[in-house]
Amino acid sequence: MSLFRDTGVVLRTYRLGEADRIIVLLTEGHGKVRAVAKGVRRTLSKFGARLEPLTHVDVLLWQGRSDLDIVNQVEVLDTFRAVREDLARLPKGLALLEVSDQMAQERHPDHRLYAMLVGALRALSDPGSDPMLLAPAFFLKALVLEGAAPVLDACAACGEPDGVVDLVAFDLVVGGALCRAHRSGRPMSPAALELSRRILGGDLAAVLAGPPPPGADEVAELATEAMEVHLDRRIRSVRSVAGL
Amino acid sequence: MYTGPLRALIDELGRLPGIGPKSAQRIAFHILKVPTEDAHRLSDAIVVVKERTTLCEQCFNVAEGGAWCAICSDDQRDGEVICVVEDPRDIVAVERTNQFHGRYHVLGGALNPLEGIGPDQLKVRELLARIDAGQIREAIVCTNPNLEGEATAMYVARLLTPLGVIVSRLASGLPVGGDLEYADELTLGRALEGRRRIEV
Repeated sequence: MSLFRDTGVVLRTYRLGEADRIIVLLTEGHGKVRAVAKGVRRTLSKFGARLEPLTHVDVLLWQGRSDLDIVNQVEVLDTFRAVREDLARLPKGLALLEVSDQMAQERHPDHRLYAMLVGALRALSDPGSDPMLLAPAFFLKALVLEGAAPVLDACAACGEPDGVVDLVAFDLVVGGALCRAHRSGRPMSPAALELSRRILGGDLAAVLAGPPPPGADEVAELATEAMEVHLDRRIRSVRSVAGL
Repeated sequence: MYTGPLRALIDELGRLPGIGPKSAQRIAFHILKVPTEDAHRLSDAIVVVKERTTLCEQCFNVAEGGAWCAICSDDQRDGEVICVVEDPRDIVAVERTNQFHGRYHVLGGALNPLEGIGPDQLKVRELLARIDAGQIREAIVCTNPNLEGEATAMYVARLLTPLGVIVSRLASGLPVGGDLEYADELTLGRALEGRRRIEV
């Protein structure tokens, strides 16, 4: 039983009892942590809006015998206000939180996932950036982090390199891009293949800086499907608000 | 351990929200002890509320013994202004202020992408139908000041504004009786943005 301090992003919250909430945080040093924020739903709560999803916080937690910690003190590092007050950006931000929640392990720190989430939220809150490709790019990068990087330079089934065969389809179950002879999953255009390579090949900043390049819609759908296959569940925050 | 009617009562009480097995047992033994008339009054109240209470066909507030609720049936209320809330309990909170004399529309929740709740799960279509029917000039969005409530307010505003409806949102700021030093950045920032000139 001890107090510990960490920085983290609030991934989601659940109502608990009359006025409490369970807060799920992705912390830098302790992985995913679930903690009770007592009285947070009251208007006079000392926590106020600090523990709303999307908030980046510096938090002091009490770890007792139970699985649930207790939130002791919170300071805000960033509210990502531009994300939470823009109906175009908000679903993208929530998709990042949902996928991070699914990937993170409780009490197992993952510094790269944490840094990637904070970086992605900062990029999303940049008013000059186009948010369209940010979540799909995050999904592709997260797949790499999970050891499920899609093969994009050769056919994932026969191993023949691009150029020798045409890569025309994408199926994450098989392992990535596929040639005409082994095609399964969904069709993939050359523009989408090239864009996926740029995202995973270190050119992400340039991709996000300009307007959506050719193949962006296709990559967005492909990356979402690939992440859903990997997680074995639908990404609700993408699907439920598709019409917003 | 318990059998027959007592077991059944404990099981039923235990299915209520916030009632655990121990609480269910304590309430069941309390009911055993009270006079029979008191127990009848409780059971009658439960049966009557289920039989006579429905949702208002216009605003989806709780209605007693009719198609419309008391507020929608009241001719004295201003039919040109509606207050859009998440839940019928929010109507009670707004009514307690005695500051609002229009009508309401209950959405039945808020957009919650993380829970898979989108516009189709809310009474948004019904709200648009009320706007199309005319009369409504202003909509005050009184959803909760959290992420889901804010997203819902933005969505409602985006739908209603092009239809010529004035859409406003409840002000967000410091609670009366609170200390400024404990105010969080988001709330204090909004309080500064929404500051009012002091009339002297």
